[in-house]
Amino acid sequence: MVPFILLVVIIGSVLFHIFTPWYSTPIASNWSNIDSTIELTFWMTGGVYVAVLGFMTYCVIRFKNKDGRRAAYEPESKKAEVILTVLTTIGVAGLLAPGLIVWDDYVSPPEDAMPIEAMGQQWYWSFRLPGEDGILGTTDARNINADNPFGMNKNDPNGQDDILIEGDDLHLEHDKPVKFLLRSIDVLHNFYVPQFRAKMDLVPGMVTFYWIRPTVAGNYEILCAELCGVGHHAMRGFVQVDESDAYKDWLNEQSTFKALQEQARLDNNKALAFNKSN
Amino acid sequence: MSESIIPESELEEVELYHAKSWWTEKVFTQDAKLIAIQYGLTAFAIGFVALVLSWFMRIQIAFPELSIISEGTYYQFITMHGMIMVVYLLTALFLGAFGNYLIPLMVGARDMVFPYLNMVSYWTYLVAVLVLFVSFFTPGGPTGAGWTLYPPQAILGGTPGQESGIILMLVSLCIFIVGFTMGGLNYVITILQARTRGMTLMRMPLTVWGIFTATVLALFAFPALFVSAVMMLFDKILLTSFFMPALVEFGENLTYGGGSPILFQHLFWFFGHPEVYIVALPAFGIVSDLISIHARKNIFGFRMMVWAIVGIGALSFIVWAHHMYVSGMNPYFGFFFATTTLIIAVPTALKVYNWILTLWRGNINLTIPMLFCLGFIVTFLNGGLTGLFLGNVIVDVPLSDTYFVVAHFHMVMGIAPVLVILGAIYHWYPLITGKMLHDGMGRFHFWVTFVGSYLIYFPMHYLGFIGVPRRYYEMGQTEALYTSSAADLNVFITLAALAVGFAQLVFIFNVFWSAKKGIVAEKNPWNATSLEWQTPEQPPIHGNFGKELPVVYRWAYDYSVPGAEDDYIPQDVPNEDVSLADGYSELGVEKT
Repeated sequence: MVPFILLVVIIGSVLFHIFTPWYSTPIASNWSNIDSTIELTFWMTGGVYVAVLGFMTYCVIRFKNKDGRRAAYEPESKKAEVILTVLTTIGVAGLLAPGLIVWDDYVSPPEDAMPIEAMGQQWYWSFRLPGEDGILGTTDARNINADNPFGMNKNDPNGQDDILIEGDDLHLEHDKPVKFLLRSIDVLHNFYVPQFRAKMDLVPGMVTFYWIRPTVAGNYEILCAELCGVGHHAMRGFVQVDESDAYKDWLNEQSTFKALQEQARLDNNKALAFNKSN
Repeated sequence: MSESIIPESELEEVELYHAKSWWTEKVFTQDAKLIAIQYGLTAFAIGFVALVLSWFMRIQIAFPELSIISEGTYYQFITMHGMIMVVYLLTALFLGAFGNYLIPLMVGARDMVFPYLNMVSYWTYLVAVLVLFVSFFTPGGPTGAGWTLYPPQAILGGTPGQESGIILMLVSLCIFIVGFTMGGLNYVITILQARTRGMTLMRMPLTVWGIFTATVLALFAFPALFVSAVMMLFDKILLTSFFMPALVEFGENLTYGGGSPILFQHLFWFFGHPEVYIVALPAFGIVSDLISIHARKNIFGFRMMVWAIVGIGALSFIVWAHHMYVSGMNPYFGFFFATTTLIIAVPTALKVYNWILTLWRGNINLTIPMLFCLGFIVTFLNGGLTGLFLGNVIVDVPLSDTYFVVAHFHMVMGIAPVLVILGAIYHWYPLITGKMLHDGMGRFHFWVTFVGSYLIYFPMHYLGFIGVPRRYYEMGQTEALYTSSAADLNVFITLAALAVGFAQLVFIFNVFWSAKKGIVAEKNPWNATSLEWQTPEQPPIHGNFGKELPVVYRWAYDYSVPGAEDDYIPQDVPNEDVSLADGYSELGVEKT
């Protein structure tokens, strides 16, 4: 019975992997190399799993206790140990080397990647695009108040044309690389879109990053992937990947920091005038 | 097999302290064996709480529409489940319980070298457990920061238990570490100083090697947790900014500034990764011995096994940041930590090979301890191989913070070590109580636990592949990821988890029932060679050995030695006392 159940476990695991309906979502970014590295890791580790457990099951069948059997006395075998060490080392290196090459790519954003800020706070996402100058203005968590939810430095000329998106979807242009600059104003968060395969924590007090090139137009859900309090599971958002024209239309509808400040000033004045007239 | 000259004893034995009252004999005892049982019962009691918490979590995940617990409670339960299981159950059980019971017996000592300190260690541990447990009943309840307690979240308002739960958690950890340090020093010094004559380091059973190395790791690793707990307490209570940058809490600017949340993560994982091996190394050692004993064959490649334990222990201190690949630390750390992490796979793989090569050409008794060993190899191999996914930095990126991670670490440092613990209890129960555990209940317990756990965690990896994040109170509407079939899979996993939980109740019943009604164990029922089975009494009494301490003539793995009549030679039997099989003139030499 013991070897039978072991065989069921081994064969069942392999069949489960082959026929599983639960596997990665269709990829929508340039990181197909990550998927290939996973695939490679699966084949190698799967092979080891079957070989090692298969041999173990064989031993359980072949060397099961019975009358008159006596175990061999063999303290060690240098040859076997050397061969196994070398083989394992080669296998591990074969996994590590391609992995590090892809990682190098992951941490080296291309020069032309557009910087886009994703800002996290309990428990929603906001975004900031650099505007026409292509540069994001500086920020400071100490500047944050009701009129300046992003904590923009009002004197920074680079920030005036920044496009601010609060409580709405982020749009990306199809096939254009973006470098996400990740900023949190309260606790750790993680900007994770499963279809992009990429993720990174947002850490208050610093700016982190990763880059992608969206390759498939569509609408993708953002999931926070770092525990951030009781609303963690509800901290969602959407990224819409548009073809070029649709993207430009969307971009034209967005407001800059300057325009929003102007709007806020007018609203305040109106409120003041209204208060006075009463 | 080789004998060497046994040194003369150089010092007189020192008389042990003998208890003078029932209280000092049974409660405030200084006998390591009783302290071990105290540690074990306390760890199991609090571990059972953590097990029950997991049932609520699983029911919430599978049936979110029931809302059996609220968001805040869910996060409190995952936090307490994780911390209790890792620190208060596994660490305490392997080092406090198995360490105390087995070290003096296996190295041929009468007790730990500092029995009084040993007693204080247990009572300090008990205080730590009580402080942690009390947090369930304080205003706001226990902390819900996740067992990793990452700041700033752990001490801010969006996290449950920030009123007092987090403070009690940090205080409890500090007390635990104080208690552990007393016990840990005792284990290390006992092993180094109190071994009996002839018990060279390379004759110690691998169980002792595993516990020894794990204790050394813990003595180096826990201080990092201690300082991070103290600093976070300061950040929480005194509003210092060790881990707190300038930030905003629900629209309000706080006075913190200049601290680094990532610093905490480095300190935490500098402890946290060795912690994995603090749990794993004793399990490696114990499983090596159990496989050898129940396969009636010497452990294959003993010296390699020792060096692998020591090597893994050393390497475990330079891999910690593989828990932080997507933490926002300098991305170039990824190259270094991925390399060290995958290097550690080599000695670990060798251990797996050697366990199986021990079975090869053995004489395998499929006893309950052996079944647990086979279950351990399956789950540990599975969890070890998925470690190659998560250790390889780029592969970790999509899988990090998903259910793949949950499945991986439960397989490799949850189920695998627990199977060893359970196997070890079936193995040493006759020594501890003088009775055998009930075989039928034991086999039922094994199969449900092993197959059930595999059914929980193997499919769970695939939820991670889809991208389902861990630590979600509910997934809600996420069609692209969380299809109805994935939700069904979660129902299946929950049912498996409840079945495994039920099997543990059978085990608990068996432990208490067999202590009263079990079959009386024969002396040394497994025909083992190591010293704990060679005591004059079974169970051994205070002082362990009779008038004379045993003298050790051989390693612990003389099973099926050619020329010996029996298929085992205890460590304290010299060659001339071994009865020879027919046709042999001496051990290993056939008559010509």
